[in-house]
Amino acid sequence: MTHISRRRFLGQGALGIGALGLSGLWTTRLAFGAPGVGADGRVVFIIMRGALDGLSAAPPHGDPGYAALRGALAIPPPGAGDGALPLDGLFGLHPSLVFMHERYAAGELALVHAAATPYRDRSHFDGQDVLESGVSLPHASESGWLNRALQLKDAAGARLGIALGANVPLVMRGRAEVASWSPSKLARLDDDTLQRITDLYSKDPVLSQRLADALASNAIAAEGQDMQEDTASAPNAMTMNAPAARRGGAARYLETVRALASFLRRDDGPRVAVMETSGWDTHANEGGAQGQLAQRLAALDAGLGELCSALGPVWRNTAVLLATEFGRTAAANGTRGTDHGTGSAAFLVGGAVVGGRVLADWPGLGAANLYEGRDLRPTLDLRCIMKGILHQQLELSDRELDTVVFPSSGEARRRAGLIRA
Amino acid sequence: MRYRVMADTIAAAIATNRFGLGARPGDIDAIASDPRGALHGQLLGPAPVLSRIGLPDTASILERVAELRMQRKEAKRGLSTGSPGEAAAQPAVENLPALLRPIYVDDAAARVQFAVASDRAFLERLVHFWSNHFAVSVDKLAVLGIAGSFEREAIRPHVLGTFQELLLAVEQHPAMLLYLDNAQSVGTYSEVARKLSRRRFRDGTAGPKIGINENLAREILELHTLGVDGGYSQADVTEFAKVITGWSIGGGQGRQHGGDPGRFFFRAGLHEPGRRRLLGREYRDGGHEQGVAVLCDLAGARATARHIATKLCRHFIADDPPATAVDRVAAAYMGSSGDLPSVYRALIDAPEAWVEPLAKFKTPSDYVYSSFRALQLPLPDGPKALAPFELLGQRNFSPGSPAGWPDRSPDWDGSAALLKRVEWADQVGQRVGSRIAAPERAAQTLGGVLGERTRQAIGRAESGAQALTLFLASPEFMRR
Repeated sequence: MTHISRRRFLGQGALGIGALGLSGLWTTRLAFGAPGVGADGRVVFIIMRGALDGLSAAPPHGDPGYAALRGALAIPPPGAGDGALPLDGLFGLHPSLVFMHERYAAGELALVHAAATPYRDRSHFDGQDVLESGVSLPHASESGWLNRALQLKDAAGARLGIALGANVPLVMRGRAEVASWSPSKLARLDDDTLQRITDLYSKDPVLSQRLADALASNAIAAEGQDMQEDTASAPNAMTMNAPAARRGGAARYLETVRALASFLRRDDGPRVAVMETSGWDTHANEGGAQGQLAQRLAALDAGLGELCSALGPVWRNTAVLLATEFGRTAAANGTRGTDHGTGSAAFLVGGAVVGGRVLADWPGLGAANLYEGRDLRPTLDLRCIMKGILHQQLELSDRELDTVVFPSSGEARRRAGLIRA
Repeated sequence: MRYRVMADTIAAAIATNRFGLGARPGDIDAIASDPRGALHGQLLGPAPVLSRIGLPDTASILERVAELRMQRKEAKRGLSTGSPGEAAAQPAVENLPALLRPIYVDDAAARVQFAVASDRAFLERLVHFWSNHFAVSVDKLAVLGIAGSFEREAIRPHVLGTFQELLLAVEQHPAMLLYLDNAQSVGTYSEVARKLSRRRFRDGTAGPKIGINENLAREILELHTLGVDGGYSQADVTEFAKVITGWSIGGGQGRQHGGDPGRFFFRAGLHEPGRRRLLGREYRDGGHEQGVAVLCDLAGARATARHIATKLCRHFIADDPPATAVDRVAAAYMGSSGDLPSVYRALIDAPEAWVEPLAKFKTPSDYVYSSFRALQLPLPDGPKALAPFELLGQRNFSPGSPAGWPDRSPDWDGSAALLKRVEWADQVGQRVGSRIAAPERAAQTLGGVLGERTRQAIGRAESGAQALTLFLASPEFMRR
């Protein structure tokens, strides 16, 4: 990062919020900045809240038990009508995941399957806590693994992390300062009022920090939305239900993805971002190749497509991890859905990813192989994947990963070779 | 009045702003001589009823849903069999969201208006607390029209009753049975399942797969009663799910017909027969009574008392509630067999609640309610009354999950969330700032909590609009 690029940022930032008089706010302490990070790597973590049905998102159509277990929820094998998109003889992708399948073919997507965190019960809230905190027990940490990774890189208070949402989820909470951003329909404040509120907050460390972060983030996001005409338009799937699951949700989701890209594109911007999606808790009428889950997957897939095109050349340096708190029952339940389970699928996608392959030690779906007789047995610790990403994208050592980022996690060995050298 | 010592108006500010939904002008003065007594007083007399002409009950809303479904089915049939002329003559059948959304808006807006006008705002906050504890969300279409009637029918009447009454009302309300998918849960060895499998055997085809859905059973144990560390296992969840098979909703067509349409109905034919053993006790097969017995035991469990006490103390005292307070509130629960007013009294009497003013960061809803109450703004009708909640990130009746909205500062104090609040405060300031004297209003509604820095900033503002914005954006008004 050069001095010039920072100065350019300051100018644009100030214009972006129409507050030239405030540019003094952005001393080096308050602006985003990435000194001390050697690598250009970008990490995006997309949390899929609600427990994704991995057996539908990435159907193991070649497993002899699959079709019978899943019944009407089964995704037909590749080649059949509405069939899975082929990966290898055993696995496919849900037919909604068109962009992700393209990335697989281009060697930029790795499917991770039969994976789980160390959490083995079936509460969403505890499961998400473990997924985000990076420690083995729920509610044992007030900080998240991404934040602890940033703490190791966080020279001079540079904002290396951003949460795409009004509030910061646990995975990004902690000592390292991070920002958050979400679309707003409200009008911006005039300079004088803003200055007075800034003064009013100056003795309140939490509020003053938050306000400064919000202003800096807004400036960058505003640039991203201005550039949206330049980027390729999203596939049609985006007109369907976005994970936000409400009218206008799809548009807001796209706006958020574009903002995400504009943060990550900057040389002096954040290196790590987290985004949340929800609506994966498919207890009833889940659908198979079409239906409820299919629509959500399509929206997710289209959002990734938008992210890829909006990132432009930075996509090459980017690794996106999509993961969920746990999987769902292997068999369908009584209401054409699935209940809380254990192992699920995760996806690693991006220009930096060594893809075109499946990372799984497949346990099989035979009755004797299922975890507690009902769930996909987890054979891969998600932390191994997370460590593999951070090791290369943020240049963190195994010691740092095993003791600080994921405390006392030596048994979950970093998976090597996930990211292009 | 104005010679009252500072300490009183601090306690009065805690009573109105943290226990209540925000002080209106005059509220703090009115209770400053005895803030705790004022809260105790709100627990006397029957729970307030939200009655407003035109708010339909759950049964009639669900009947309209059923009618609409019939009409659509018939319209479809007409289209496929009738001549083109007949098809065109079919009246346009409205879709489900178009039917339900106006009901949702009316109900949610009535609730907002009720909260803003309430003289017993502590009680109103408790209603909202329980609605959030027993969360249903309109993100699920089946709940869109009935989240409001759920609160009016299952929560409000029991907010001054026992926890057991509240629990039984909630778990048998159609909104909960639909939200957590129990209405369709079928016992594997139930009469209906056995009939179906016999038929399947005869005609050789695999019929529709039916069976158990364990969603409601799990969330009752984890979220509504014992809590996630309350000592239950997966086997308990599965057994409990079997116990409450058949807990469903009346109405239906043909063979499925039964019960009163749109009301709780125990469908004996769907119930898994047999004794069940869970949580160390055995429950004989008494049909519907089997589930009632389990719920009553859950309501009386020590783990439930702790879980409820912890959540109440977190809501009314601090994000990390002091263990001493939790112990006392839990003891009040056990000592009174879950009599809720006794539990609330222990909460009011907890000295820990009165030590630290501004201990809680307001949720967006808290923020909007307290703004409207402090400023005595006339509330718009319909969707406009709901707009601020959605803008600030807490759309009415739509917590993201069955766990309800979270209740700790880090869940709400993100930088983007804060900026939205400030922007909204600015909008309000510009709209009504010229009509309201902000310095006086801030003193009236923040009492002894109003700090010197904020008082000066408001006093030095360049306009009434800016003064009001600074009041609403102040650190003191962001917290409760």
